[in-house]
Amino acid sequence: MISSDVEPGQGEKSARPLSLSGHVGFDGLPHQLVNKSTCQGFCFNILCIGETGIGKSTLMNTLFNTNFESAESSHFEPKVKLSAKTYDLQEGNVRLKLTIVNTVGFGDQMNKQQSYQHIVDYIDTQFESYLQEELKIKRSLHNYHDSRIHACLYFIAPSGHSLKSLDLVTMKKLDSKVNIIPVIAKADTISKSELHKFKLKIMSELVSNGVQIYQFPTDDETVSSINSAMNGILPFAVVGSTEEVKIGNKMVKARQYPWGVVQVENESHCDFVKLREMLIGVNMEDLREQTHTRHYELYRRCKLEEMGFRDTDPESKPVSLQETYEFKRQEFQGELQKREEEMRQSFVQRVKEKEMELKEKERELQGRFEQLKRLHQEEKGRLEERRRSLEDQLNGFSTKRAAAELLLQGGGYGGGGANLKKDKDRKNSGFM
Amino acid sequence: MIERPETAVPSIAQRNLEGYVGFANLPNQVYRKSVKRGFEFTLMVVGESGLGKSTLINSLFLTDLYSKDYPGPSQRIKKTVQVEQSKVLIKEGGVQLTLTIVDTPGFGDAVDNSNCWQPVINYIDSKCEDFLNAESRVNRRLMPDNRVHCCLYFIAPSGHGLKPLDIEFMKRLHDKVNVIPLIAKADTLTPEECQLFKKQIMKEIQEHKIKIYEFPDTEDDEDSKLIRRIKEKMPLAVVGSNVVIEVNGRKVRGRQYPWGVAEVENGEHCDFTVLRNMLIRTHMQDLKDVTNNVHYENYRSRKLAAVTCNGVDASKARGTLTKSPLAQMEEERREHVMKMKKMETEMEQVFDMKVKEKKQKLKDSEAELERRHEQMKKNLDAQYKELDEKRRVFEDEKVNWEAQQRILEQQKLDASKTMEKNKKKGKIF
Repeated sequence: MISSDVEPGQGEKSARPLSLSGHVGFDGLPHQLVNKSTCQGFCFNILCIGETGIGKSTLMNTLFNTNFESAESSHFEPKVKLSAKTYDLQEGNVRLKLTIVNTVGFGDQMNKQQSYQHIVDYIDTQFESYLQEELKIKRSLHNYHDSRIHACLYFIAPSGHSLKSLDLVTMKKLDSKVNIIPVIAKADTISKSELHKFKLKIMSELVSNGVQIYQFPTDDETVSSINSAMNGILPFAVVGSTEEVKIGNKMVKARQYPWGVVQVENESHCDFVKLREMLIGVNMEDLREQTHTRHYELYRRCKLEEMGFRDTDPESKPVSLQETYEFKRQEFQGELQKREEEMRQSFVQRVKEKEMELKEKERELQGRFEQLKRLHQEEKGRLEERRRSLEDQLNGFSTKRAAAELLLQGGGYGGGGANLKKDKDRKNSGFM
Repeated sequence: MIERPETAVPSIAQRNLEGYVGFANLPNQVYRKSVKRGFEFTLMVVGESGLGKSTLINSLFLTDLYSKDYPGPSQRIKKTVQVEQSKVLIKEGGVQLTLTIVDTPGFGDAVDNSNCWQPVINYIDSKCEDFLNAESRVNRRLMPDNRVHCCLYFIAPSGHGLKPLDIEFMKRLHDKVNVIPLIAKADTLTPEECQLFKKQIMKEIQEHKIKIYEFPDTEDDEDSKLIRRIKEKMPLAVVGSNVVIEVNGRKVRGRQYPWGVAEVENGEHCDFTVLRNMLIRTHMQDLKDVTNNVHYENYRSRKLAAVTCNGVDASKARGTLTKSPLAQMEEERREHVMKMKKMETEMEQVFDMKVKEKKQKLKDSEAELERRHEQMKKNLDAQYKELDEKRRVFEDEKVNWEAQQRILEQQKLDASKTMEKNKKKGKIF
């Protein structure tokens, strides 16, 4: 990536101009920069969105004068898929790493509501990888293979009437994420007058729906005139062909019809040359720059804000990245600790509850135990009483008997004392 | 490391183009845009007073950086080391360059020069810090690049070797900024003395493992030869002059002596042109790139590692440097969640076990209670039975005895009745 130099005069102290009394030699600085970039090689990523069979692959082949091999896709893809292929091209001493991303199955489904979502997700994923690399502690941005989409060619079907609702919806979703360049595909099916009306219709629809397509930059004097002229011809009506037909004594890329030959590189036949010039020859670098400074920055800003980063803290004082990280880290640690604490607390709570429960049970058991003891005591008491009463009765009976015996002995037989005694003993022994 | 997007098929095919495409124009586009943007460069000069730093700057850029309206630091007497910057805008051939010259008056002038490099280091770090903050903002605007791209270190032409101050300074700064050592006031050395001096200096630099700015390798053979020649001349011996003198009809910058004129731009007199070509015409962009890709990145990763690792020792931290601080925190969070889960299961286990124990104990107590109750009941029942038995026996006996008594009573009655009868009958005989 090119380092971001600032416009002069915008530093903290503005620089005072100084005149030179001779040739110093720093006018070679742009050359140094260019040489370095050329050595490193360039990188460009194009996304082609369009219905199956609208001519995306053919146009890419024609634009880059090569046969990027790709099988024809069917109309029966269940979902929109994106397939990306990277190619190393060389023209002169300039090496270009070109990645072409094709949407497979776009517009083929019955329900096209989710068609654009995959595309949006793909673009976001590339931004995300770049952002992740940028946020790493040890990073190597100058070696990083930039996979962000620099240009999106949106292929409009040549109906001649207006944009389809799918087109409008898709472009609206993508205009803040990528540079959209709409092209009218298969332009050899539209006559010149129809084409003019069609272009006007398309542009007015885009404007009325608030779709921001890519405008060729007009701030640089060297290219502003051609760029502003081209801006007025948008969208480009293109025809692609890799077959060659002999016209005069040259072989040109063309499509042969019974009624004539459509020459791809003939500017009165279609806008192919203009597209090639604008896309590749004049504004490729600007497309890359816009992607980096506008679309990527927007993505990055949204992502960082989502993650809670701010440039100023609640008191509107500027906060540096370290402070934010440290703050986040503290917050993070605090959160972890809190969670641990909470878990511990909940456990302590459960333990307490369970303990109380168990204690309840224990007390209950103890109560029962006490009760049983009491019951037992009562029973024992009753038993004792009965025993005593029996004893009393026994005693009473023996006294009675003894007295009766005594009487008997004393009345009839003398010396019955011994007998009495013997009887008493006998009686007593009977009870034992 | 080249990173690929997830959905990209990792095959890069080599293609040869048939016909004009147009991206060969890309370098021109880049050229155009860079000229429009303009360039920036920050050059720092460090050395003791009087070594000709300001003069050299003026000679390099063919201008009067310091003039009556903007007096340079040499006009002022400094007690301590200062760091002063002057920003000027120069134009040449449609190219605008915002040049910042950072001077360090007072360097090495004090009696005690320990730590005189500290203000310099602080300045360099603060510029890196500014850039880091600007780069890390959520809302990024144009980021002015005020980082020091090159530091010219002036060595006094003693002819002997490096001074301890020189070595200390270069050792401390070689991993923060591109250091290019220069032999100042080279017109006091003869070519042979100069050669020896240079050899000595390079030897000492290698001994102390000081990493001065190294020229990048090129594939071009011619360029490599050029670079080799420059390397042989390091450190460059320079002479500066603010004065233009006429020599043999030519107007040259030089120093007029009674014995001749030392020409600044004469390759046989000094290495000034080598320095100028290298610094401005061929390697300015590379100096900026090395500052951005190496020195700044080192600063940044040190700074961010300190924030994320927070006291974690370096060996453990090495694996974390490939992630951003946030990714690092995410991972720590995940680890923590796992740890908590483990803790939770453990605590859960202990809890369950204890509950089971306690429940078991209660059960046992209950069973014990039941058992005892049963036993006591049995005991009581037995006693009751016994008692009943006794009672029954007693009752039986009582009944028997009473029956006996009744019989006896009956007998007695009968006996007394008969006696009565007999008495009535018997006694009349």
